[in-house]
Amino acid sequence: RLATLKVNVWTLLLTVTVCDGWLFDGFAARRHSESDEVALWPLPQKFQTSVDAFRLSSASFQIVHAKESTAGPSCSLLQNAFRRYYSYIFGNGRKHGKNLENVFDADLAELQVQITSADPECDGYPSLKSDESYQLEVNQPTAVLKAASVWGALRGLETFSQLVYEDDYGGQNINKTSISDFPRFAHRGILLDSSRHYLPLKVILANLEAMAMNKFNVFHWHIVDDQSFPFQSRTFPDLSHKGAYHPYTHVYTPADVKMVIEFARMRGIRVLAEFDSPGHTFSWGKGQTGLLTPCFSGSSPSGTFGPVNPILNSTYDFMTRFFKEVSTVFPDAYIHLGGDEVDFSCWKSNPDIQKFMDQQGFGQDYRKLESYYIQRLLDIVSTTNKGYMVWQEVFDNGVKLKGDTVVEVWMNNNVDKELQNVTGSGFTAILSAPWYLDYISYGQDWKKYYTVEPLNFEGTAEQKKLVIGGEACLWGEYVDATNLTPRLWPRASAVGERLWSDENVKDVGSAYDRLVKHRCRMVRRGIPAEPLYIGFCPHEYSGN
Amino acid sequence: VFPSSAFSFFCQTLLLRVFHEVEQAYAVWPMPQQMSQSTDRYPINPQLLAFSYARDSAAQSGCSVLDAAFERYFNLIFPDFVGLSNIWSEPKPFTVSVKVKNGECDGFPDEGSNESYNLSVSAGQAVLKAESVWGALRGLESFSQLVYQDDYNLYFVNKTEIEDFPRFQFRGLLLDTSRHYLPMPAILKTLDAMAYSKFNVFHWHIVDDPSFPYQSRNYPDLSSKGAFHPMTHIYTQSDVKRVIYHARLRGIRVVPEFDSPGHTQSWGKGQPDLLTSCYKGKVPSGTFGPVNPTLSSTYQFLNGLFKEVTSVFPDSYLHLGGDEVDFTCWRSNPNVQAFMAKMGFGSDYTKLESYYMENIVNITAALNKTSIVWQDVFDYRERIPMDTVLEIWKGVPADYRAELGRITLAGYRVLLSAPWYINHISYGQDWRNAYTVQPQNFSGTEQQKKLVIGGEVCMWGEYVDATNLTPRLWPRASAAAERLWSDEEKTSSVDKAFPRLEDFRCTLIRRGIQAEPLFVGHCKHEYSGL
Repeated sequence: RLATLKVNVWTLLLTVTVCDGWLFDGFAARRHSESDEVALWPLPQKFQTSVDAFRLSSASFQIVHAKESTAGPSCSLLQNAFRRYYSYIFGNGRKHGKNLENVFDADLAELQVQITSADPECDGYPSLKSDESYQLEVNQPTAVLKAASVWGALRGLETFSQLVYEDDYGGQNINKTSISDFPRFAHRGILLDSSRHYLPLKVILANLEAMAMNKFNVFHWHIVDDQSFPFQSRTFPDLSHKGAYHPYTHVYTPADVKMVIEFARMRGIRVLAEFDSPGHTFSWGKGQTGLLTPCFSGSSPSGTFGPVNPILNSTYDFMTRFFKEVSTVFPDAYIHLGGDEVDFSCWKSNPDIQKFMDQQGFGQDYRKLESYYIQRLLDIVSTTNKGYMVWQEVFDNGVKLKGDTVVEVWMNNNVDKELQNVTGSGFTAILSAPWYLDYISYGQDWKKYYTVEPLNFEGTAEQKKLVIGGEACLWGEYVDATNLTPRLWPRASAVGERLWSDENVKDVGSAYDRLVKHRCRMVRRGIPAEPLYIGFCPHEYSGN
Repeated sequence: VFPSSAFSFFCQTLLLRVFHEVEQAYAVWPMPQQMSQSTDRYPINPQLLAFSYARDSAAQSGCSVLDAAFERYFNLIFPDFVGLSNIWSEPKPFTVSVKVKNGECDGFPDEGSNESYNLSVSAGQAVLKAESVWGALRGLESFSQLVYQDDYNLYFVNKTEIEDFPRFQFRGLLLDTSRHYLPMPAILKTLDAMAYSKFNVFHWHIVDDPSFPYQSRNYPDLSSKGAFHPMTHIYTQSDVKRVIYHARLRGIRVVPEFDSPGHTQSWGKGQPDLLTSCYKGKVPSGTFGPVNPTLSSTYQFLNGLFKEVTSVFPDSYLHLGGDEVDFTCWRSNPNVQAFMAKMGFGSDYTKLESYYMENIVNITAALNKTSIVWQDVFDYRERIPMDTVLEIWKGVPADYRAELGRITLAGYRVLLSAPWYINHISYGQDWRNAYTVQPQNFSGTEQQKKLVIGGEVCMWGEYVDATNLTPRLWPRASAAAERLWSDEEKTSSVDKAFPRLEDFRCTLIRRGIQAEPLFVGHCKHEYSGL
């Protein structure tokens, strides 16, 4: 019987595989290497592993609360996570009847999870300030995962599951390992756009699963836009009833939204809702008469509508009530208010707006009108005790922002300058400009996303600290349930590692080797992540 | 209290009349050659729809191809049929009567197959007439696309006359199962979707450098050593049979490609001495190049392999590849050099390549099969039989047009795939490029134009496996399908094609094919998988 498996994982992980050469040269030898499956993604900050390997028995291995833990069986978030990761490790079905009597002395009997803070936050929501750090010690007979809160424990469970590898006999093994890990950036987001195409709930939930596998912690839900308004509001039901693609089949009911938020919470993911205005609001106008600016052709209304009408009190009354609802529906401390790409031509055409411009002394500077609108909107949202996030134009146009505003930099020209300006003005920033994953091209574009260095702009150490993270954006013009998941993964994984791991983790060659295996792991877990290049997974995607 | 159903039906009918104008679901993709429609429409009750053979049809009940098609199309026409009666449905029967001149029920579609058909839809019946069962299949597909559901989920079909036939006899789609292994469900589903777009050739690029998944009866080591995995990443003989069977029932030919002498790294693992040993100076470097063309054992092996392959695959065509041969390894090998000298080839390695290709084309000819080869073989001025088909894969329009001219001038038949490498992706609506290709727009005589027998959409596998194949293929491949089937003048406007293709992609989704969107918008029934 096996005592210990001697496998040098350390070497494997550090091996830089040349993409072109691996297929035909070292291939046969590598195929049977037992710890081939081990590839941590994103790479932890500090880890050590040895050649001592332990077996995990599907019959007896358990994930349990440590005695010293401040969390216990009443912590449903962890209970669910324990079951989820057990399934990831052993597949969905327990292998009954096998190895029941064979308990190896080199078995790893259990993983103890120990939460160290007085408040484990079992029933809380993750936030920008959540502590996601964790320590993991894998040794015989028990492995110990320590984290201040459940959020760190979730990240550690993911890492633990990635350490387990299958040998040629189908057994599960893990090497003696010591890991101390924490994220480089606090905000690691994925933007999905459910307006250009409606995304069925199942797709959103599956992608939350995939996000957790990549240690993403923010789901930026670009829930409405010009094309459709699928968010079902209790206060203004006409918004979705008239503004969605279909009032019943293409909407997110309050129960749907709740389910997304809870599903995300269980995985340590914040749900950051975006209600973009005053532009990108065409669909709002269908269910909220008088909200949008009537455009004029000469001296008469043309019948078309432009951005939100910023000169009417009714607009602000509506926004007050609407955002009051939104702020109760979405528990996150932040709301994304958009504020990008406002087209001024309709405002310019409208005589009432012109009159208002004169009254306010704005002259012909419509950016001032936009700022006027945004300012009032921000004041409204402030009264709900939420912080807000905005696209970079709002900052660029000189709107007066609260100190805790997060500015999202999305324009891909002059990114460095913009980061310099935003942080120079003392605001926090997140970066999405280099990570518009809806732009596709032939070949391995993940390398481009991987090699971005977010802090490569000129600025003080203080300024750099103000960059709190980034987002991979998958805009929906050409994406729906049919192609979203393979288009997002593993390309977004490249962004995931950039935002989690140390800045010195940047070797594309070794990343390739790990990412190939990581994508096979996602496939094994039911996520149709597309291939990086020629090759295969031991368990191919088998469809739905 | 329930209202009387008669009264309700009356109200429904009124409502339907009101909304009649907005119903625009009667497009067919690819567009038929001749089609006229009126706004007269007839209800179809799923429980009272019957497919039947006309009394004077050569095919009758028991015809495997059509019996299976009737069952299949019933389910495609009524995707949500659960066998329950719909109280709103009209109690009127509707009959689809099929008349076929020649049976061919148990045969395989082939290059000579006649796919033309006539379809006439009137009150209570559709009459479908075709020369062969293959044409009847195309007609059933068109009929299925004509039936639509209104907002009350009632089914209708409009009065329609169609006279249809394909512009090109060869409308292919290439899948590459070597760079990534494609599990059987992915292949079978692709065949389903091909039939929806009236493709008729599955070009199975089954082996290549990275892996050899074809499990050979005579040379089992080829896959046991050359596949990604000897048990899980292979196509057994019964898998291959299943693909051919599935394709036949949909009027699709299966043309396998065993590409050589290049693209054969994976062959070498299970067949020692097949590949050329590369040299570094005077000693073998341990690496291998293309098939070794100097050994008689090579031709014995290929004769054996092709004998097996041609008995497994019933199609009269066999694709022999012949592309992208790298001469550096041949140059390095002293035995190859000696052979070159003996044959008087000098240092012109294209002559060695020609020598090899001529040999294997002759092997194929002796097995009564027609060879398809990539254009490289023509470019090397090889002496190949005049019935060989050349496939153009290189270059921008100016290049492939010139090549079309040259190959047809030499009298060879030709297939165009250069503009349809849809593994190449880019942001936006690139289906428009695939749509606007003009396969016969090159300088040449009418006679030359006729030598263009069709084209192929190629989905090479470097970046594609079962996770992303389907949305990457559809509906982009459908754009090429219309180019290959329909009249070019009637389908010259991309903008007019756009709403029809949008509709068609929703039809594909309704049928379970995860076809990606063309642009913003929605389908009534969205894709519900992952």
